[in-house]
Amino acid sequence: MFFILITGLLLGGTYALIAMGLNLQYGVARIMNLANGEMLVAGAFAAFWVFTAGQVSPIAALLVVAPLAFVVNWLIYRIMLQPLVKRAKSRGALEVDSILATFGLSFALVGIMTWAFGGGFFNYSYLTGRVDIFGSSYAQNRIVAFSIASLLAASLWIWLSYTRAGLRMRAVAVSPDSARLVGIDVHAVSALAFGLGGAVTASGGALISMFFTLDASVGVMFTMKALIIVIMGGVGDIRGTIVAAMILGVAETFVARVIDPGLTLAAAYLLFLGILLFRPQGLFGKKPT
Amino acid sequence: MSKRDLRNLTLASAALGLAALLPLYDTGYLLSIATTMAMFTVLATSWALFSGPTHYISLATAAFFGLGTFVTGLGFQTLPMWMLPLIAAGLGAVLAALVGLVTLRLSGVYFVIFTLGLAELVRQLVTWVQNRTGQRGMYVLTSITERDIYWQLIAMAALVFLVGWLIARSRMGFALRIIGNDETVAKHSGIDTAMAKILLFMISGAVAAVVGAMMAPRYIYIEPSTAFAPILSFQVVIMALLGGTGRLWGPLAGVIPFTLLWEFISRNAPNQTLLLLGLAFLLIVYVLPGGFVGLYERLQHRFGSGGR
Repeated sequence: MFFILITGLLLGGTYALIAMGLNLQYGVARIMNLANGEMLVAGAFAAFWVFTAGQVSPIAALLVVAPLAFVVNWLIYRIMLQPLVKRAKSRGALEVDSILATFGLSFALVGIMTWAFGGGFFNYSYLTGRVDIFGSSYAQNRIVAFSIASLLAASLWIWLSYTRAGLRMRAVAVSPDSARLVGIDVHAVSALAFGLGGAVTASGGALISMFFTLDASVGVMFTMKALIIVIMGGVGDIRGTIVAAMILGVAETFVARVIDPGLTLAAAYLLFLGILLFRPQGLFGKKPT
Repeated sequence: MSKRDLRNLTLASAALGLAALLPLYDTGYLLSIATTMAMFTVLATSWALFSGPTHYISLATAAFFGLGTFVTGLGFQTLPMWMLPLIAAGLGAVLAALVGLVTLRLSGVYFVIFTLGLAELVRQLVTWVQNRTGQRGMYVLTSITERDIYWQLIAMAALVFLVGWLIARSRMGFALRIIGNDETVAKHSGIDTAMAKILLFMISGAVAAVVGAMMAPRYIYIEPSTAFAPILSFQVVIMALLGGTGRLWGPLAGVIPFTLLWEFISRNAPNQTLLLLGLAFLLIVYVLPGGFVGLYERLQHRFGSGGR
């Protein structure tokens, strides 16, 4: 029981990082990015590639993966998505457009990655030793991934809470129209948030590749989980995202160990269902008046 | 019934009648493609019935379709064949009602996300049940030929077109168009928006399940991973949007070119089908919003024959 709890929390840490990336993109830039999971897989591929080709550790790879993902996502926002934001007549119209456009992007990316890397599964062995905590042993790579994810998530939180740039970002998240009135360049901030979100998700991908076996088409599963976490935690709510990610991590591990490993999505859906029925505003959200 | 309605009705029956004659001409490759097209026509048209006016993008088609194939797979030996599509329709409507009750009271994003994983969820549950009961995939060996399936699908298409036509003329169709334009206005004019959306989603789900039940004999061997393949949902969305959801015939205008293109790509470069799907999505958003119907209407507007 205790083993499940710890394993679940370790998994939840990486989920939290991935979902924070999606939350930045949806909460600030207002883009429901369904290609988020493909960014994750791309980050994982990059880590895999530098590890097998040059024996570079996935942690060092983060130094390349994160800036690269930032630039790519920033460009995606500026070139692909900003025109949609500008032409949208309402929030609903933007949502439909961005959902379709990012679906297109997601399929195109899967197509390209399958073409470039093949359709097979990939994994590598890094830090496979074990660590004992309270009498059970856990894989080193999971603990390292969890620690780095927590470190990144914490720095992101501090940056958002205590810097001027972070304040601007939160202002846009609360209300883009009012943010414009106080002299914030909403498009620039949105592009920054989208790029940052992509970088965070890709880093999460590099971390998760240390202990997960992935293939080119697995991205949509992660998108799904990240979406469920974001909705469960509340859009734009970082604390909620972290708590929700931990809950999902534990729930998934529990179902996989106790009932059947093939039912992990069902576990996520059960949580999703509960949220939709009882707290559609998110765990810590206030009821809209 | 106005003169125009009568003309459209005659044209539609003539086209369907003509399509029904195809198996007399060829029962090989041509019929096989035509069956695929007929399947997607029914699926895309019924998808557009719900998603067209409301702008709620449903990705659940594969879940309903898979449900239908399993109804046939489990029941074809014990139950009379004519009952299976009816059972599938009932189950499809029930599943749609459950999904609708949970998500359609909330904003569209929740609905998209929920339906995105629905097929995978049902697949996991079915696989789990099969593992517990020690069952594997099943063979659907019947005397039903592709020609019979094709005729069933054409009949289904006629039914869906008729239902769509009736809905568009009814109070229900009017209500849905108001919901799609502005949900707040709809609520204020006293429309039970959630109820209207759920009812229409049930129709769309029931139709997809029936198509699944009809198609099952074509696959011969059914297992969860093929019956619930999520790609089907996306194909349906693309075809409907490519054609355009503004008119009843819109999805058909997307189904024919896209099925041919898909067939061509999957024969010559089977690994590039996903890329094609992605590019088609981008094309619709950036170049063809409103699909072929939208393009047709813009052209008509520009070269102004005026009277539509």
